[in-house]
Amino acid sequence: MAQFRTCPDTGLYFHKSAESLIKANAVAAAVALLVAGILALLVVLTRWQAVHLLPADQFYMALTAHGIDALIFWIIFFEMAVLYVASSTLLRCRLATPAWGWVQFLLMLIGAVMTNVAIFQGSSSVMMTSYVPMQAAPHFYLGLILFAVGALIGCFIFFGTLVVAKQEKTYDGSIPLVTFGAVTAAIIAVFTIASGAIILIPTFLWSIGYIAHIDAEMYRVVWWGLGHSSQQINVAAHVAIWYLIAGLVFGARPMSEKVSRTAYLLYILFLQLACAHHILVDPGISSEWKVFNTSYAMYLAVLASLIHGLTVPGSIEVAQRGKGFNNGLFEWLRKAPWENPVFSSMFISLVVFGFLGGITGVVMGTEQINLIIHNTIYVPAHFHATVAVGTTMAFMGVTYFLIPVLFRRQMILPGLAKIQPYLFGGGMTIMVLFMLGAGTLGVSRRHWDMDFTGAALGFDYPGMAYTLMGIGAFGGVIGVLGGGAFLLITVGSLVFGKKLEPSAGLLQSFGLPLAASCYSNQRPETLPRAAPLPVEGHGSSSFEAPGTFVLAMVLLVSFIVYYFINWKYLASVWPLS
Amino acid sequence: MTETSKSPDENQEEHIPAMQSLLDNPFLLLFLGVAMPAVFYIVWGIMEIVTIPVAP
Repeated sequence: MAQFRTCPDTGLYFHKSAESLIKANAVAAAVALLVAGILALLVVLTRWQAVHLLPADQFYMALTAHGIDALIFWIIFFEMAVLYVASSTLLRCRLATPAWGWVQFLLMLIGAVMTNVAIFQGSSSVMMTSYVPMQAAPHFYLGLILFAVGALIGCFIFFGTLVVAKQEKTYDGSIPLVTFGAVTAAIIAVFTIASGAIILIPTFLWSIGYIAHIDAEMYRVVWWGLGHSSQQINVAAHVAIWYLIAGLVFGARPMSEKVSRTAYLLYILFLQLACAHHILVDPGISSEWKVFNTSYAMYLAVLASLIHGLTVPGSIEVAQRGKGFNNGLFEWLRKAPWENPVFSSMFISLVVFGFLGGITGVVMGTEQINLIIHNTIYVPAHFHATVAVGTTMAFMGVTYFLIPVLFRRQMILPGLAKIQPYLFGGGMTIMVLFMLGAGTLGVSRRHWDMDFTGAALGFDYPGMAYTLMGIGAFGGVIGVLGGGAFLLITVGSLVFGKKLEPSAGLLQSFGLPLAASCYSNQRPETLPRAAPLPVEGHGSSSFEAPGTFVLAMVLLVSFIVYYFINWKYLASVWPLS
Repeated sequence: MTETSKSPDENQEEHIPAMQSLLDNPFLLLFLGVAMPAVFYIVWGIMEIVTIPVAP
């Protein structure tokens, strides 16, 4: 008989087995974030040419581990927790095959440790992309394969839980929008992991000598099906969390379920095709393939992001106006709870993802202007805007919510928690902006020494490039401090936070269930069908979110101006007569 | 129970638009979400590579 706990503060239902798995995956994610954060500090202090902290070999080792721990292990462990919350908790249903959930967790944990060991042994400094013919130690690839298999199991437990919920009629009507967002993330994850299997298994066999040769171009094309799609799981997941937080903090409902779900459908169909922008300057692949995948299909996914970027703040505006914040265009935003880290993390995530991550992503996805910035530090600037701020801050926001609700601990250091999102978001935004500038000046990514000391073919960057890199690194240090503050608050709360439930001990913070008396065999009430939305019908007499419309226009104008600046810049660096 | 004995609300619930049927079917979405990039990105990309002439 499935056992459930009801959160006394929120009314959320937690299936006992799912609850333990959510905690375990979230804690593993936090450990990966800690490792990634320490390594991030080493990387930025090395790329800050005035400091230039690490020697070359250690820099490439730290950069490899930072990339994999931040972009794969932190994110995907957390996404496993998100999948379990979105299925079992939000659908009020038991988790399908909890035992396989622990197989998922252990495989991912073993894989993450194995890959980290391989990197820190020093023989696998091949960057996250591990392009052949660079060869890493066999356990580097094996660790990634085990991690991917674990994640795939997690996805199928998620789909199995959807089937259980439907069969046991734990909800009425369609699944909630947040769960639908998680479905989108899980679908992208299946393609991602399949691409990883297609390329990493032969590469592992190559590393142990069973296969003589891996074609470098074939590797690049298939690997990016893993490498970029894994970041698109994040997009789907963090957009789902935006909707979740808007609902939790404001009681907001999507402006139109139909439109939001259709936008997710665009993600499902087209988002993964954007992997092709990594191949835009590769010879041998036709322009038809490049242009279809990036400049036609990708824009449909961008359209979906624009829709979410409009409907999430729009839903908040509608909810706030419903509470009486009707003065002018932006009273609803001014009176938002900016001291609540759940909200501020989410809103910074949304703004930076849209303005910096989104706009630069379209620039990079355009074949012609991609030439200006391909393989420059502009590229990591872009994905730090999308992942390090967009995804990570959304995950940080929902973690603040889960500490009392899931872990039953009161958050420590509330004063620090109020400023932490601004510290992390502000520092990372500075870093991103100045890295974008340096990238436009041609500063290379993944490069230990901007001075080209002793190189046969050196290059003199303009002095401004050094200034931009220095300021960017300063922002990165602030960002690392903000990330450290997040871990101090959250992990500190799990260990030292006041217990909101007497049985919420130390081991319970890391996965053990609470006392048996907290759980009941009683089946949760069926999740009722959502009432029709007042603004969803045809012929609404007025636009319900004028402030959001203005913000969307600001985004659109910023995009158009920046896009054409890049075309102008291309014309100046590549004169045609 | 005959059709006519149902309330208007019940009759309305029975009609599920095609788009909603698609969005309510996670396994059809899974198929589409894997097939689209598999065809347009992976298979087409691999075909491009294997048709590159081998250097003499």
